[in-house]
Amino acid sequence: MNLSNLHVTRTSRAAKAAAVVGALILIVLIAAPWWAGRADMRLMGELFLYLALASLWNLMAGYAGLVSVGQQAYVGFGGYMLFALTIFGGIYPLGAIALAGVLGALVAVPVALLIFRLRGAYFAIGTWVIAEVFRLSFAQVSALGGGSGSSLPVGIVKSLAASRSGREHLSYWLALGSTVIVIAAVYLLLRSRNGLALTAIRDNELAAGSLGIDIWRTKFVVYVVTAALTTMIGALIFLQKLRISPDAAFSVNDWTAFVIFIVVIGGIGTIEGPIIGTLIFFVLRETLADLGTIYLLVLGVVAIVIMLKAPNGIWGLIRGRFDIELFPLSFRVKTTHPSKKG
Amino acid sequence: MPDPILTLQGLNAFYGDFQALYGIDLEVAEGEVLAIIGANGAGKTTLMRSISSLTQNRPEMVRYRGEDIGALRADEVAARGIALVPEGRQLFPSLSVEENLIIGGQIGRKGAWSLPAIYKLFPILEERRHQQSTSLSGGQQQMVAIGRALMANPDLILFDEISLGLAPIIIKDIYAALPGIIGEGMSALIVEQDITKALAVSSRFYCLQEGRVSLEGTSATIAREDISRAYFGVA
Amino acid sequence: MEWVNAIVQGTLLGGLYALFAAGLSLIFGVMRLVNIAHGDLIVLGAYLGLSVTTVLGLNPLLALIVVVPIMAAFGYVLQRGILNQTLGKDILPPLLVTFGLSVIIQNALLESYSADPQKLNAGALETASVAVGSLSMGLLPLLTFGIAIAVIAALQWTFYRTALGRAFRATSDNQEIAQLMGLNRRHIFGLAMALALSVTAIAGIMLGIRTSFDPSIGGGRLIFGFEAVIIGGLGNLWGTLVGGVILGVAQAIGAKIDPGWQLLAGHIAFLVILALRPNGLFPRING
Repeated sequence: MNLSNLHVTRTSRAAKAAAVVGALILIVLIAAPWWAGRADMRLMGELFLYLALASLWNLMAGYAGLVSVGQQAYVGFGGYMLFALTIFGGIYPLGAIALAGVLGALVAVPVALLIFRLRGAYFAIGTWVIAEVFRLSFAQVSALGGGSGSSLPVGIVKSLAASRSGREHLSYWLALGSTVIVIAAVYLLLRSRNGLALTAIRDNELAAGSLGIDIWRTKFVVYVVTAALTTMIGALIFLQKLRISPDAAFSVNDWTAFVIFIVVIGGIGTIEGPIIGTLIFFVLRETLADLGTIYLLVLGVVAIVIMLKAPNGIWGLIRGRFDIELFPLSFRVKTTHPSKKG
Repeated sequence: MPDPILTLQGLNAFYGDFQALYGIDLEVAEGEVLAIIGANGAGKTTLMRSISSLTQNRPEMVRYRGEDIGALRADEVAARGIALVPEGRQLFPSLSVEENLIIGGQIGRKGAWSLPAIYKLFPILEERRHQQSTSLSGGQQQMVAIGRALMANPDLILFDEISLGLAPIIIKDIYAALPGIIGEGMSALIVEQDITKALAVSSRFYCLQEGRVSLEGTSATIAREDISRAYFGVA
Repeated sequence: MEWVNAIVQGTLLGGLYALFAAGLSLIFGVMRLVNIAHGDLIVLGAYLGLSVTTVLGLNPLLALIVVVPIMAAFGYVLQRGILNQTLGKDILPPLLVTFGLSVIIQNALLESYSADPQKLNAGALETASVAVGSLSMGLLPLLTFGIAIAVIAALQWTFYRTALGRAFRATSDNQEIAQLMGLNRRHIFGLAMALALSVTAIAGIMLGIRTSFDPSIGGGRLIFGFEAVIIGGLGNLWGTLVGGVILGVAQAIGAKIDPGWQLLAGHIAFLVILALRPNGLFPRING
């Protein structure tokens, strides 16, 4: 084999096909208000927001090695900021969502400085403590309804769009748009220099450190960026719900346990994993939700079995079998076939 | 030659994708002291790890007293009477000197070695018995490591680089004690960088080079140039 | 005087938190495993206590005779059946598997006992109190504190004075070399989890006698135990008791200021100590 026949590339035929199919699917999804029913759109909106949360959690846990069980801190914070900024600040809800993201990043800085002192699994529980502090603190704010919570005033809701269907369309597009932005952001981050550093840290933290990668700083940036985006998603979630209470806003089950299951089942440490995981999660939920606690039990068992038997999740199984990557991140060596000579 | 106590047949060993040993064939006779020599990275420590099952093998690759032990767990191999004095001593830092010795005898095999016997061999350890093992000098730590292996009353004892990082005078003491240790019908495999020392205490030797046996022979009669060729792969 | 009273009550409450923490600390010390399901296992202990007291009509403290061995056996099986497979360099598998376990236990409890709050009835013990000067100390909190001291002393003794403890420490130091001593680390880890869940059973029953419980409260107990471990310093059992007491006192003082501040004050005390002394007050091992 002649070395000049080899070249290094990130793209593959599967990835190009995926990009075309992805674009088509996106167009169809954008057009959903013209073909989907009200309930379907609500469900899809929720699905997109979960997909965004899962992609963000995956960025932290799957790439930066920051396993958090306290992301509900930022979901809830975002929800409360939406309420506070619109009710007391008189800010237009979309502006409030953006501003909430900035505030989320600001809050994440001191939090990171504190909990980055905890390593590994203790970091995980530390994030949970932070979420508890957030929950208990917001329960003390009587202006936002204290422990029982409050609803978004009608005037603010109406400021989004005059008609109910207009609001529903807007909130659907917001959910879809934010998911696309989050996945694109994660993808671009991973393709950048920072992404290479992250992959190096994930594969071997010690070696990455000795290569001069500032591990602490890289993780810190990921944590703060994730917090900001999670806060914005949280604000969107509660813009859909229109009602907030500390227990709902900072629920470890809703905003962390489900998200972890999605990522583990789909495949941790890949961009495709959360997408597949979210689809599976919603299919399971829509078919088994009537079973209540049994459904959660099954979900727990499935997650444990996958973690033990197929730690790279469903996407890992698919990729292991077909060697495909829909979001081309890894470099591949390819042979180009020069015109045949004799 | 008496019956072999240990036979390696085509032993391979891997670290992930890296192959460290290629088809090693080796025999240790009952009561024999065998030396394993070779340069850094030749696979000597891997060989010790494979025999003690710290690295997993196919069952038939390691045969001990007529039993295929290659796929057993390390603790099961230890229980059958194979003890390792690991490279770098590797004492348990949270255990005192005496606890390090006692835990060596935990397997409960009967034999000549007991706490008093170890203290008789290395009296300094009795003085230091309640100290943390990490507070001892390198030579004393090596004594604990040897004592810990002996406490199991093994039939086959593996010494991995016991002189590494020690002062020459200490090395001399430890090698002076070796015949008394191995003399009791025990078989031994000694891995050593210092060829002279290794050949002096052994009856036969194997030389490893890049994971393969490059030479084997009788310690007393081997020519130095043959060894250097086998050792470095050059004349 | 009210403040002194709050501090005394908080100290005694710290005994319960030390019981929450002891099992967590033990497991981390032996195998570097952080068990996210620890709090739910405490709650499971309380529910087992409930079943035993209702079926056999025993006093909850006597129910320990049944619940402790059940939990110990469960711990051994859990460790050998599932958790041993997750141990290694990567921290994700143990974390996510114990997280899944936490959800399973919670929902299994919901399914079998419903979400209604339950309580263990220890009869007169619950209301009895001892007067010291003008202070009145409940007999139950005193007993809990005494049990915490006894449990930690027993764990300490096991760790430093017995062959089992020697095996724990050796395996914790160096798993490979410990195997060469004939110790099967899978079995050793199983025993460590059995011991930890025995303590967890005691913690669960003391919790159940003290307050009402429901399947959802495990997460909170995990956090209290975790905070006590970190405040006291990793790997230090007596430090864990001190950590529990600090947490208990902070909560009692917070509650004195405003009932809504009880839990918040505990968390804040933890965060302050984390900021000032990241390795805890009396660290022994590196996390």
